[in-house]
Amino acid sequence: MILLDRVTKTYNRRGPVLERISLHVEPKEFVIIVGHSGAGKSTLFKLLTREEKPTSGKIIVGGMDYDKLNDKDIPLLRRKIGVVFQDFKLLLNKTVDENVAFALEIAGLPNSEIKHTVPKVLDIVGLKGKEKHYPLELSGGERQRVAIARAIVRQPKILIADEPTGNLDPKHAWDVIKVLEKINRFGTTVLLTTHNQDIVNTLKRRVVTIKDGRIVSDRAVGHYKTA
Amino acid sequence: MKASRKFIATKRVFKNGIINFGRNIWLAIAAIAMMTITLTILLFAVVANATFSHTITDITSRIDVSVYLKDEVTPKQRDELISQLKQIDSVKSLTYISKEQALKDYQQQNINNADLLTAISATENPLPASINIKPDDPNQLSSIKEFLDKPEIQALQSDPTSYSGDRKAAIDKITKATHFFQQAGVVGIIVFTLISMLIIFNTIRMAIFNRRDELTIMRLLGATTWYIRGPFVVETVLYGIVAAAISLSICAALFAVASSTLQASSLGLLDIGYSNTYFSERLWWILTIQIGIGIIIGAASSTIATRRYLKFKTSK
Repeated sequence: MILLDRVTKTYNRRGPVLERISLHVEPKEFVIIVGHSGAGKSTLFKLLTREEKPTSGKIIVGGMDYDKLNDKDIPLLRRKIGVVFQDFKLLLNKTVDENVAFALEIAGLPNSEIKHTVPKVLDIVGLKGKEKHYPLELSGGERQRVAIARAIVRQPKILIADEPTGNLDPKHAWDVIKVLEKINRFGTTVLLTTHNQDIVNTLKRRVVTIKDGRIVSDRAVGHYKTA
Repeated sequence: MKASRKFIATKRVFKNGIINFGRNIWLAIAAIAMMTITLTILLFAVVANATFSHTITDITSRIDVSVYLKDEVTPKQRDELISQLKQIDSVKSLTYISKEQALKDYQQQNINNADLLTAISATENPLPASINIKPDDPNQLSSIKEFLDKPEIQALQSDPTSYSGDRKAAIDKITKATHFFQQAGVVGIIVFTLISMLIIFNTIRMAIFNRRDELTIMRLLGATTWYIRGPFVVETVLYGIVAAAISLSICAALFAVASSTLQASSLGLLDIGYSNTYFSERLWWILTIQIGIGIIIGAASSTIATRRYLKFKTSK
């Protein structure tokens, strides 16, 4: 599903942020990527969403070879990958259901289909009844679940969640993680980065540790110890 | 499926453009005002140009050369003179006015002046027969003059040849003024078009900065470049349409007032009434052109602005 082959990313005049990263993620896998801030996790995600190009190495996601993508294909690629950000990136002047519908509008789906799909997805993330709220009227956990609903509403094969619990207290963080697990059970490949030791250790999933731009460990049932 | 998605996307681009227009209205006012001025200047330039050329044609058509014939000239001599005149290249047309016709014309012109009528209605008709020559170009009278100045032709004439010389001077003045106004008009249009493009450019730039977050999110969610940029272009096209409508209303009011108040007052040879006629006869044509130009100015400047500030290339 996701294949990175010796991917290196170097910004001008600095040392490489990512160095020879090779990673293979199977369909329907749930992979946690851990590492300190600055280890290169965010850069890795930017490479996957094609916000940045690797300096060298090969990336293939969902059968799409990134070397063969041109600028026109990028929107299509992004519609196939659901992305959740630490800072939610919700539109504050739109209600919950409008935020979720937004992703479908961009993809050019007809209004009838949007009206049909949005409530279902809000139900999955447990936000039934909050459709007409604005993001600022919601708690952090609820906001992040709106973001997840928006990411999965197009039924992507892959969901990338970059520190989705970073701004949340433990209770809300768990709500979000449970939603991610649920989505994974439905068959979506989930890539999650987190700092949260509890979450990593409780989930008992594959853990990839990145340190100084390199993969230092990759365990099927990983643990995470803060140094 | 794909085609219908494109259609839906296009519909949404237009809808979002209209929504943005409403949201941005305070920023948009400056841009619309500037565009209105530009379009108004353009309209005035076109109408003024038409009025000037109308005036020139009008006066030119009234310029003529009159050759007065002695009473002794025989019909044969007269016909010969007419056919010779017809052979001169710069003669457009000519009319022969007989003594009887000249008298009739005189009586017609002075119908309200009994003294002048009685002075002439005596048995003796003092008015000479004449040949009225219309030249092709009032500035090219020399070949006609040369011919008429020949001694044998002079011998046939009762009075000196009349060239409407003062009219020619007026024509020269108007022609010069027309050239000046044409040049000034072109410069004005270019300058104001550039200014309004700059203002629209800036308006869109500010709109883009105001909505940076939203645009970033759209981009990350996989919106196509056209889907993001399109609404901005639609928005400025609306500026163009609104500006054209305002400009046309202003001009319609101005021309209506001007033609009623200035018609009576003397403005030399310029025919303000004609401006109004020209304007109202071509109202739809002018509206179309104005909207067209408004759309072009709007679309061009917002396309440049969105290309400049909404770049979606992946950084290397």
